[in-house]
Amino acid sequence: MPEKHQPSNDDSILKKPMTRRDVLRLAGTGGLGLLLGGGAIGTLLTTENKRKTKAAGSVSTEEDSIPFYGAHQAGIITPAQNFICFAAFDVTASGAPSLKKLFQAWTAAAAAMAAGRPVGEESGNGNLPPTDTGESAGLSPSRLTITFGAGPSLFDDRFGLAAKKPPTFKELPAFNGDQLEPEWCGGDIGVQVCADDMQVAFHAVRNLARIARGKAVLRWVQEGFQRTNQADPSGSTPRNLLGFKDGTANPQVANEKEMNRIVWAQSGDGAPWMAGGSYMAVRRIRMRIEVWDRSTLKDQEETFGRYRSSGAPLGAKNEFDPVDLNAADESGKPYIPRDSHVALARGDGSVQILRRSYSYSGGMDIKTGQLDAGLLFISYQRDLFKQFVPLQQKLAKSDRLNEYILHVGSAAFACFPGAAQGGYIGDTLF
Amino acid sequence: MKYNVILPTGILAASLLFSGCGQQKNQDADAASAKPAPPAAAETKTAPAADFSASVEQYRTFAVEQCDLFVKETEKFTAAVKAGKLEEAKKLYAPARAYYERIEPVAEALGDLDPNIDARVNDVDAADWRGFHRIEKALWEDKTTAGTEGFADQLLKDAQLLRAKIETIDLDASLMVTGAVELLNEVSSSKVTGEEELYSHTDLYDFAANVEGAQKIYEILKPELAKKDAELEKEIETRFAALQKELNAFKKGDGYVDYTALKQDEIRKLSQNLDALAEPLSNMGKILGV
Repeated sequence: MPEKHQPSNDDSILKKPMTRRDVLRLAGTGGLGLLLGGGAIGTLLTTENKRKTKAAGSVSTEEDSIPFYGAHQAGIITPAQNFICFAAFDVTASGAPSLKKLFQAWTAAAAAMAAGRPVGEESGNGNLPPTDTGESAGLSPSRLTITFGAGPSLFDDRFGLAAKKPPTFKELPAFNGDQLEPEWCGGDIGVQVCADDMQVAFHAVRNLARIARGKAVLRWVQEGFQRTNQADPSGSTPRNLLGFKDGTANPQVANEKEMNRIVWAQSGDGAPWMAGGSYMAVRRIRMRIEVWDRSTLKDQEETFGRYRSSGAPLGAKNEFDPVDLNAADESGKPYIPRDSHVALARGDGSVQILRRSYSYSGGMDIKTGQLDAGLLFISYQRDLFKQFVPLQQKLAKSDRLNEYILHVGSAAFACFPGAAQGGYIGDTLF
Repeated sequence: MKYNVILPTGILAASLLFSGCGQQKNQDADAASAKPAPPAAAETKTAPAADFSASVEQYRTFAVEQCDLFVKETEKFTAAVKAGKLEEAKKLYAPARAYYERIEPVAEALGDLDPNIDARVNDVDAADWRGFHRIEKALWEDKTTAGTEGFADQLLKDAQLLRAKIETIDLDASLMVTGAVELLNEVSSSKVTGEEELYSHTDLYDFAANVEGAQKIYEILKPELAKKDAELEKEIETRFAALQKELNAFKKGDGYVDYTALKQDEIRKLSQNLDALAEPLSNMGKILGV
């Protein structure tokens, strides 16, 4: 029975009712990532089905704006928007004071853009360039979120931050089969910009890069997408670029206790300034699309461990049927191969991460003439080396999917806790 | 290159060891038809319509032949490595590998053997890295045979083990069809990009051998395919010829030019011709019925 969309008396998105689509979009596109599997999403959907699905295109500006200030940065447990524009920066300024100034300026700009306002105060002076680049004028904020994180390299000797480096935070280790390309790796600072409109997302990255001139330079930028609400008003499970539905066992973001256990760094974790922040893993995973396209349906389904059309686990009927790794046919052969993606990613379910991935298309690979497309995998966790790393090690070693994918980019960022009104992102660190 | 460290299923493992020769039964197809209420009709499979036992035996003979030559040439290569003959070893490296590359999907079906023989530097944990590419690194990058004697011994043993196991492999027409496409996927994934032979740059030897392996399968299945879909059969034939012509331009002596000698647009053309062949080739499964 549909309920009325409840007005929120609190800015926290946790208090806002989530639509079924929100849940699915939060789940993200990426089965390439980790912990795909029916169980948890099934539970999420059961509760969400009772709520009314928001009609596409009926959002007001207020609903379309996600508050920038808060205990946590927006863009982490926020239901995934349609688009992403991810930018990694290297700091060129020297000394902590200029770094601090950069973050103060970025915070002011980010808060304005999230509220749908232009960057800076226009002077109207025809002899000056405008303070905002202008392409988002008159547009809705489109649920814009801007999430900042510090890379391990920010804690070297340039800014006097070495002593503040969280003890368990460092570059991700090499995984089996990695084919990393330096132009898609690392960064002193990572900025995840997401919005329901690509122009709004691009505008944010462009203006942040403009503000940074002389203090930080772009290191790499990757845009990404998933199917939009316009294309799928019913909010069914998104499909990745391999054509498979990608439901997920993402933890429930509305459960604060779970989030504190899985996503948010705690004050006792070794770096008090990170309390309320989260560690982000980013992987640019290229898909060998041409090779996949000529694989037989049977091979594709055994690679994922699911049927392509329904998304049901092999041997089961419906998409949200539980994944039973012990289910076997009459001859005793398991329906779901043990090295299939779903079997490995699910594991015993003890290690969880919050995934927030997007598909990407980088146009054509100039070398081979093939499509450069895949998944911009992003996950958030309380401790990279207890969560993401062991999961990825397991997948890198044995996943059947490895024949069709290639990890070409990698970065890790310590995403700051949120800033309060009057404060700035990073103020607990500097 | 795929490395499934975990064996896919107990059944496959068992069938490798206890193969019933001449038995045309397709176990995978049986397993598929036992699925409860598959959502799409395409997921129901029946036994192959035609009798492929002669084709399968023809291919088995080819695979065994290639494997015999592989052991023989690997013996020469490893002997040169152990004798400290650097230049001779480098000369024997790529030609020896070609016999393996022609039948690679068969070797991959034999579990651990493929990574032991053919793993590249970050395909496996550093401590487990052995085989051709480990020695390749020593010969071309470190410019010495010193320290690789143990790897040479292991490689020869692994090659001999492959030869012993290949007799027992449970081949069927379905494995042949997917194997042909996999051979071209190998090219697409690592050879055409120059990532397979990181140190020796002999990628085009592997490229040619993979294509020859796929072509052999196509030739064996061709009469059946012509009956089922003459147009497709012709198309594949034409595309094989186009790719071969493209490759011939890079022949040098008994082998091929160094990968680094290829120009950007030449690499792209090779890659595009390969995709143009692999796409219709992946429809060869038509001969197997639904």
